[in-house]
Amino acid sequence: MNILVCLKQILDPEIPARDFRVDTVKREADRGSASLVTNIFCENALETALQLRERTGSARITVLSYGPPSAEDSLRKALAMKADAAALVLNDGNQNPDPFTTARVLAAAIRKIGTFDLIMVGREAGDWGAGQTGGLIAEELGMPCVSFVDRIESNDGQLKLNRQTDTGWEVLEASPPIVVSVTNDEHNLPRIPKVRDVMMSYRQPLTNLSLDDLGIDAHEARAGNSYYQVAELSIPQKETHCEFVTGDTLDQKVGSLAQRIIEVTSAM
Amino acid sequence: MNDVVICLFATVGFDKASQGLAGAGRRLADELGGRLHAVVIGSGSDKLASELATFCDTVIVADQPELAEYQPETWLNALVRFCGELSPRSVLLAGDTYSQEIAPRLAYRLGGSAVGDVVEVRIEAGTLLVSRQVYGGKAQAVLELRRSPAVVWLRARSFAPPTPRDEVATITHAIFEIEVDTRTRIVERKREAGGQERLEEARVIVSGGRGIGGPEPFTTELQPLADLLGAQMAASRAACDAGWVPPTWQVGQTGKKVTPELYLAIAITGASQHMAGISEAKTIAAINTDPDAPIFKHCRFGIVEDYRKVVPLLREKLAALQTGANQSPDSAPR
Ligand SMILES: Cc1cc2nc3c(=O)[nH]c(=O)nc-3n(C[C@H](O)[C@H](O)[C@H](O)COP(=O)(O)OP(=O)(O)OC[C@H]3O[C@@H](n4cnc5c(N)ncnc54)[C@H](O)[C@@H]3O)c2cc1C
Ligand SMILES: Nc1ncnc2c1ncn2[C@@H]1O[C@H](COP(=O)(O)O)[C@@H](O)[C@H]1O
Repeated sequence: MNILVCLKQILDPEIPARDFRVDTVKREADRGSASLVTNIFCENALETALQLRERTGSARITVLSYGPPSAEDSLRKALAMKADAAALVLNDGNQNPDPFTTARVLAAAIRKIGTFDLIMVGREAGDWGAGQTGGLIAEELGMPCVSFVDRIESNDGQLKLNRQTDTGWEVLEASPPIVVSVTNDEHNLPRIPKVRDVMMSYRQPLTNLSLDDLGIDAHEARAGNSYYQVAELSIPQKETHCEFVTGDTLDQKVGSLAQRIIEVTSAM
Repeated sequence: MNDVVICLFATVGFDKASQGLAGAGRRLADELGGRLHAVVIGSGSDKLASELATFCDTVIVADQPELAEYQPETWLNALVRFCGELSPRSVLLAGDTYSQEIAPRLAYRLGGSAVGDVVEVRIEAGTLLVSRQVYGGKAQAVLELRRSPAVVWLRARSFAPPTPRDEVATITHAIFEIEVDTRTRIVERKREAGGQERLEEARVIVSGGRGIGGPEPFTTELQPLADLLGAQMAASRAACDAGWVPPTWQVGQTGKKVTPELYLAIAITGASQHMAGISEAKTIAAINTDPDAPIFKHCRFGIVEDYRKVVPLLREKLAALQTGANQSPDSAPR
């Protein structure tokens, strides 16, 4: 089985809110001192792929990213986690492409680098959180798409997908080729690569592609977005004054906490 | 071209989300000077359809056998068909699993743009603008949708319900030739055991985080507290990822968006991604050992203590206050 996993490198989403700034004119987040990391759901997807390969014994996993030169780090880390091959499409223009543009670029790269049974993306990117790239890649490639998958099994070329819904779970049977978006679950926490594998990963080959190589109208991809465009970006100012319950003893403090809770619930 | 379509799934019924969706659709259609069409898909849609008829200009019911139950590819084909025929300016959906799954693809096939988890929709000089949280709830963005139709999935409980009108729309049962696509097939549907009511509808929520330390205290400590308060249980992503509680309990950016009167966060830091799910809770309260935990910046009240000491005592106090209230002179049975 041939598997492709799309990885997006993003500004570390776990930095505390107090350290987060935006440039309201450029309508972008300030990089500040935050590091760049692989979007967690992409790593959940890669982990799901690695486990599938371990169970089937014969899958090949390629990782793909569209981004600035620094996105190579995300791909190297994926190689250290034991992906088999990596490709980077260099974004040398529009640094915040909309999901439609991104999906077109990724779909073109996918067509160029191979034939895949399973294309995996994260449920959403932790920066802009669009949650659309997977579905749009599926449309570009004429494939079906299933979202919020957390486990995949393969039986004689047929796939069995477990996915989360609002109220529980669903099991789907699917015939490849297919696109799936992956969500987090207790079983797909990304593994930590060994230090030696991280070092080794920098010696592994990595395919570099440009928009020209993909026959994408670079002008279009580099220009502004035609799908949607950020008109404003701001940080909402919302803080509440917290009243900490007081008392000389724990008993008194908890007593007053109980009192406050009853006030709220009996006013409902 | 100025019409708006709202897409609803029959299984959901006319819950808060559907009401918000209908309200958003009605107001947008009025703003555009167009008509509002409701498309109700799936079997058992009669009650929902008649509710919608009091706000919409037309109601189309798609309950033919091929569409009885959700199947991603087939329902997408059906919605493309229905919406395509109406050539609307905008298509609105709720924020449930299925809507999120098909909305971007629906936009693609209709030649439009999609955007999701939207909390505000407006028209300005002919362009459609939407607001949503980005960067894990740390920032707010206004996005301009550049293609038509604008396919938008809503954080539906953020929108007020519509007010009924005098006219009642006729309900049309549409029978179309729909292409059934079996490349993917849902073969099993499992509801989360325990039969919790929907978290989104809960009025009181008791929620636990990584600081709870394991699965047992959720059952032995938090559940009895929730029972006392008539509350539903929820959790942070960290607690779900640890496998302590099911993923359906997760609240936040990528979990449930809840709107309770009281949200009691126990041993939860209050990361922006978690807060993104409770921005519309009326009162947030917290129990946390760390006075600098960001959760307290959003709380009305809180206590800085170990939950293991607080929760057992809190149950006693609440039980006492509750029986006290029941035995007070004016509520005692004569
Ligand atoms: C793209 C993305 C999406 C995400 N989506 C979500 C989401 O939907 N929902 C979500 O919740 N998270 C989400 N997260 C994760 C989020 O960033 C946080 O990592 C997570 O919410 C932390 O969970 P926590 O507060 O339970 O754990 P921790 O951050 O580990 O906090 C534990 C807290 O418990 C307190 N504590 C410890 N022991 C005790 C005790 N005995 N008594 C009282 N207090 C105690 C500590 O002081 C601390 O504040 C997302 C992250 C990313 C990157
Ligand atoms: N620039 C990118 N390069 C590679 N994969 C991407 C890129 N943008 C989005 N994706 C994939 O699409 C998923 C969802 O992203 P989004 O639709 O932007 O929320 C991510 O988790 C990635 O798997």
